[in-house]
This record gives sequence, C-alpha cells and structure tokens, in this order.
Amino acid sequence: MSPIESALLDLNRLEDLARQDTALHRIDPCAKVLTTLVFLVAVASFNKYAVAALLPLCIYPIVLIAVGNLQPSFLFKPILLALPFVFCMAIFNPLFDRVIIMSIGPAPISGGWVSFCSILLRFALSVSAALLLLASTGFYPICLALRRLGVPRVFTLQLLFLYRYLFVLAEETTRVARAHALRAPEQRRMKPSVFASVVGSLLLRTLGRARCIHTAMLSRGFTGRISQSGQLDFYCRDALFLVGWSAFFVMARLFNLPQILGEGILNCLP
Amino acid sequence: MSHHLVEMQDVHYTYPDGAKALRGVSFRLTHGETVGIIGGNGAGKSTLLLHLNGCLMPTSGAVRVDNFPVSTATLTHVRKTVGMVFQNPDDQLFMPTVEEDVAFGPRNMGLPSDEVNARVDAALETVGALAFKHRASHRLSGGEKRTVAIATVLSMSPDILVLDEPTAGLDPRARRHLIELLKTLEHTLIIATHDLDFVLDVCDRTLVIHEGCIAADDATEAIFKNVELLDQNNLEPPLSMQRKNSPTIF
Repeated sequence: MSPIESALLDLNRLEDLARQDTALHRIDPCAKVLTTLVFLVAVASFNKYAVAALLPLCIYPIVLIAVGNLQPSFLFKPILLALPFVFCMAIFNPLFDRVIIMSIGPAPISGGWVSFCSILLRFALSVSAALLLLASTGFYPICLALRRLGVPRVFTLQLLFLYRYLFVLAEETTRVARAHALRAPEQRRMKPSVFASVVGSLLLRTLGRARCIHTAMLSRGFTGRISQSGQLDFYCRDALFLVGWSAFFVMARLFNLPQILGEGILNCLP
Repeated sequence: MSHHLVEMQDVHYTYPDGAKALRGVSFRLTHGETVGIIGGNGAGKSTLLLHLNGCLMPTSGAVRVDNFPVSTATLTHVRKTVGMVFQNPDDQLFMPTVEEDVAFGPRNMGLPSDEVNARVDAALETVGALAFKHRASHRLSGGEKRTVAIATVLSMSPDILVLDEPTAGLDPRARRHLIELLKTLEHTLIIATHDLDFVLDVCDRTLVIHEGCIAADDATEAIFKNVELLDQNNLEPPLSMQRKNSPTIF
C-alpha cells in the first residue's frame, strides 16, 4: 500500500472513531473546539523551560481517550510522522543555550536541553489535542462549530471542500504514481522532470475538476452562498465540559501543580 | 401534457478556444419521453446536455425548456425544471455527507428545513440509498455514488432528468439497478451515453449526434437496425442485437 493510501485509511479511521456514541462524542462540537483552543493557548503560554509544569495537562488527552473509547495507538503515527520536523527545530536549543539551570544527581543539565524537552512535550500535547478533537467530533461538525463561533463562512467552506477533495486528489495522485511505477520499474523515485510534469498534470486536472464541480453546483441552484444545516444544541453538560476543563488548564498554567504536590508529599513525610 | 417540452432551434456553440461543438442542432422533446443521445467521442453530446440547463448558452440559436427560453433571466426556473446528473459522481457529490449533498439543491431553492428534510428522505428512498444518509460521500462505492448523485437531483423535484454517461464505471449489478430505477421514474429522461445496450433497454427514442449535428432522430430500435447509419457515426449495434443476429456456434 502506498503512503498516500495509508494516510487516507488513517483519515477514514479518524472518521470512524468520530461516529461512536459516547459521553465525549455527545458533547457539543462548539464546546470541544473552544476547550481545545483554551488547551492549546495554555500549552503555548508556559515558559520555555517548563517541563514538569506541563505534565498535569497530560490528564486531558488521557481522560478523553478513556471516556471517548478512543485507541491511543491512532495518536502515535501522526506524532511520529511530524516528530522529525519538530526535532530539527528543537535540536538547536542545546547548541545555543548552554547555561546550566539544573542537575539530575551529579549530571548538570543546560537550559537548552530542558527547553528541547519542553518543545517536544508541547508538540505531543498539541497534536494529541487536535487529533482527539477530530476523532471525537468529525471534520464536518468542527467546521459547523467554527461557523457558529464566528469564523467567516468562506473559510469554513474552503475547509470543507479541501477535506472532501483531498480524497479525490489523493486517489488521482496514487493512480498517477502507480502508472509511473509500472512504466519505470527500475526507478525508485520520480526524476525531477517527471515529477514536475506530474504535478503540473495534477494541477490541470484539479482546475478541470473545479470547473466541473462549479457547473454541478450551478445546475443545482448555487448562487454563491451555501446553506449549511447544523442546528447544534448547547446543553448544560457542554458548558460544564468547557468551563471545567478550562478552569483546570488555567489552574495548571497559574500554579505549578507537580511542585505543589511534591512539596505537600514532602511536608506529610515524617 | 406538453408543458415539459425541451426544444433546441438551430443551436450553434463554439468554445472559447474556437472549437465548434454544436453546428445547428434542432430537436423537440415532449413530456414523459425517454431519449438517448448517442455519438462517437467528441460528437458534442456533453456540450448539448450543458445547454439544457443553462450551464452553457448557445453562440446562436435558441433553447427552450418548459416553454421558457433558456437565458440568464430564466435560469432559476430552468434549473428547477431540469435536473442534471454529471458523468463523474465525484463532481456531483461535493458536500461532506450524503444528507448535506442531497439537501444542497432544495436549500438553494429556499425551502424550509422541514420540507428539505422530507425531500432528502424521499429522494434517498426512491433510489434505495436511505441507509447511506449519514455516510461521507467520499466513502461510497462507484455504484452508490451514482445512485446518490441521482438523489441529489431528484430532491429538487425536476420535471426533466438529464444524465451524462450514467453507466460509466458501474458493475453489471449496479448497472441493472440503475436501469430498474430509471424505469420507475416518470420524468422526461435525456441520457447521453456510449452504452448502447442501456439505450436499447431504457430509451424509446434516440438522437444520433455526429460532429455537432443531429445525424438521425428516430425510434431506438429503428436507429440500431440501421447498420449503415451506425457505421457512418462511429457506432455499432448494441451487443444484445449483435448476438441475436450472429450464427449459433454450439
């Protein structure tokens, strides 16, 4: 199976997960989108050396996975795929920031290594939160929620079309790649010139398809505005979800919970 | 009931790149007819269909639908009257779920949400796809996409249904299902296709197009029995007719 087909299967898997009926899935998409936003802001707002202080935020994905009957394995692949990029960015920190700020036993640890770990942890938390939102809500309800939250219609529609035709484009790309592989069995990769013409051909097909889709829309009465359904209901439980988790994130941000917990345990010890 | 007529009078169409696709097409269809449009590749079938609901406007000549001339002023009415099912269902199904896709047309007609929901259910029920209502469009099979594409148009309650290559990419069972479905519809049907057996099965009347002109307009069986005409227009008799005429081997 090609990497593109595998990625499509992963997306389909996310959609299947989003169609479950659990307490988490029944929460209003607006509440989940807002909670995720608060979570991301909280994660991003910690200082660059925060590692232990970030750990309480791990409770959020863990609870969501448990309540939403989601398999943790679906988080690993996207995180591992994006990890090299984050690693490349974070690896410069130990080189430039060599000030010793702590030590573990006799081993001194520079600020660069601490911020390196902090970046990786933030990345894992942020990507997990975004994937969990998708796996517990689905792409279309997320777009409806964004619309209700005041995101311009043109933006949410672009997202919907992008998501819908991502699959069609990916299937076409796979077919072209397969056709190339069959006629160039000894080449492991496309030559740059071939790659350029394939990309050009895909672009032209995309334009042609866009024209066909527009014609299909026109023939069904499209006048420049798409009406979307989505009368979503915001219940008390949704408000509780949003307020409860947001309060926890703010608390985790304002207070170093692991430190307070550690000090409490030490004080209790004889 | 002659009010659901479709009429083309000496229609010419030239694409912006100068390619002449239609050269003086004239015909008239009346209510309840099932008409096949056949011809070789590039004969002008799809271009002709796009004129029927105003997606293309003739360079010269006139198109009338339901006694209205097709023009910018009558587009809304024409598009309510003529429902078009495109060749590639991926072009037709652009919304994220089947339900949203089938509701797209009725919503654009400004119908209240209760009426939209009722139409969605009715259209999906008619094509036997009510079970797919909540599924993502991109996860349907080719045959399922085709039936849902027909539902997207039926939900607008058109009087005339235009189908471009409806059997392309369908397996025999899905093709048979489509034939049975079309036979249950009471709409005026206009079908452009290369599937001549399908035309023989479904259509009472057939237009043969060649190089942008109507080469023949007659009852379907009469067209397919005229081997010379078919040959001149890059066509062959349907396989089912060829089998009848071929000698028995065993």
